[in-house]
Amino acid sequence: MSSCSSSTCSGRGCGASTTPDTACGSIASDATHDLAVEAASDTSAAASALEAAGVPGLDRRELLCVVAGCAAALTVSGCSDLTHSMYVRDRFRELTDGEKKEILARLEKEHSATYGKEVHVTDTPARPGVEFGYALDLSRCIGCRRCVYACVKENNQSRDPQVHWIRVLEMEKEKGVDFAHANPYYDAEQVPRPGHFYLPVACQQCENPSCVKSCPVGATWKEPDGIVVIDYDWCIGCRCCVSACPYGARHFNWADPKLSAEEMNPNTHYLGNRPRMKGVVEKCTFCIQRTRNGQYPACVEVCPVGARKFGDLRDANSEVRYVIEHKRVFVLKNELNTRPTFFYFFGL
Amino acid sequence: MAYGAVVPPLLEPCAPNPGRMRVKYPGLLLCAVASWLATACQEHERPSYLSHGVEAASTPVEFEQELEVPPPPFTEGAFPCSDCHDPAIPPNTKRREMKLAHTEIKLHHDAEHRWCLDCHSAENRDKLHLASGELIDFTESYKLCGQCHGDKARDWRAGVHGRRSGNWDGHKKYLLCVNCHNSHAPKFQPLKPLPPPIRPAPRTSS
Repeated sequence: MSSCSSSTCSGRGCGASTTPDTACGSIASDATHDLAVEAASDTSAAASALEAAGVPGLDRRELLCVVAGCAAALTVSGCSDLTHSMYVRDRFRELTDGEKKEILARLEKEHSATYGKEVHVTDTPARPGVEFGYALDLSRCIGCRRCVYACVKENNQSRDPQVHWIRVLEMEKEKGVDFAHANPYYDAEQVPRPGHFYLPVACQQCENPSCVKSCPVGATWKEPDGIVVIDYDWCIGCRCCVSACPYGARHFNWADPKLSAEEMNPNTHYLGNRPRMKGVVEKCTFCIQRTRNGQYPACVEVCPVGARKFGDLRDANSEVRYVIEHKRVFVLKNELNTRPTFFYFFGL
Repeated sequence: MAYGAVVPPLLEPCAPNPGRMRVKYPGLLLCAVASWLATACQEHERPSYLSHGVEAASTPVEFEQELEVPPPPFTEGAFPCSDCHDPAIPPNTKRREMKLAHTEIKLHHDAEHRWCLDCHSAENRDKLHLASGELIDFTESYKLCGQCHGDKARDWRAGVHGRRSGNWDGHKKYLLCVNCHNSHAPKFQPLKPLPPPIRPAPRTSS
């Protein structure tokens, strides 16, 4: 914002306005009603903004000038779609339905223009009485990484730099579950390799998530159906959550994510797979855009060995409940009391 | 959450005689027994795959929806079998090595004890048969597999063995056993893994 305003001012010659007070007054009152100010009057407003900024101890009129100047400068500098929701808004959970609708409409418009196809951004809420759980059969997984790439495709991860929400760890059978010696970079002609087993790790959707506690701005939280979500528009990119997560499940966008228009999945959720920007953290959301509509996550549907199971923990007939009640089940790093809702089991 | 809850033990060792157990909550135990009896006496609707006097599993799983399975993956031109196996010609039921046809089939499925007509019907060449002699279609081959692999069939019914697609809260699509396992060599075949993730660039000193 500040850079916008100063560049505009210097370009247009500050001090051109001889009667800044009068000009400011009229523009400020306009701006309070409508932020889209006529470009012609912006010059004087921006000029007076700079003047005002130079003077210590602003009075009310001058302060209004500064605000109006900033808004006007934004309008001039190409932010033609300036809306209230873009810069000044509450946390996502505190927004009214109307405000959410406005934000989603703006995002749909932006993304549709960027990717040249109709993009839907929804905010489908959690279903009452549903709590998602996941179970992964370690005796079946062969480490083929089909899930990793199905996830990338479904959730619009950056192709370059590469972002993978699922990391498949190869471990030695002799050592058991041993993160210190696990290898995510294995490559082979065929998997499973003899003497090895595979443990895919993504977000464990903890009931007691340390990432959520570590976020200084409340940009990530646990939804009523158990999904830990991130508001990318609220994330400040401090990466506290990345270091707080004991599972390495959170990923930071170090550069502008690259995602081609053909590969872009246009069915998105505000808290899930909508395109991200540089400087924000992202993670698995149990395919929130699919699961809240009743579908299985993409990784479940693609797994060639059927090792991945998904369902409602509160539904006694669900697959995850069957697994928990009939199989040998464990969670990763149980000692940390994160209480994952992602269970690993041995189906044999 | 229920999974983390600490449940008080129903039985605890008697102090003077640790070998014997004393009922800590007799009322609770009675309730449990009564409810178990009530459940056990109820008429469970028998799953359709238990059609030959097989006892129900100890933990019956209820199946509300009809199973939707894809067609079995036949080799091109292999079905119907009666195209080649003329019903007019009586089948040779003697166990022997196949030299004229089906030479590509290498049986790795308890080959020592098994051969074609243990699963394929000699009466109707387009059908399979169960151990009871009942003829079934190829689309119901899971019944045949489930005769020996009962634990897998039970997990499969519950949606835990094998892949599911569709909706977690509604209509689920199943796969037949033979969609993933070659019935003649059922061990799941190894796959080529997709590319590994790119290693992070080494830190450069600036």
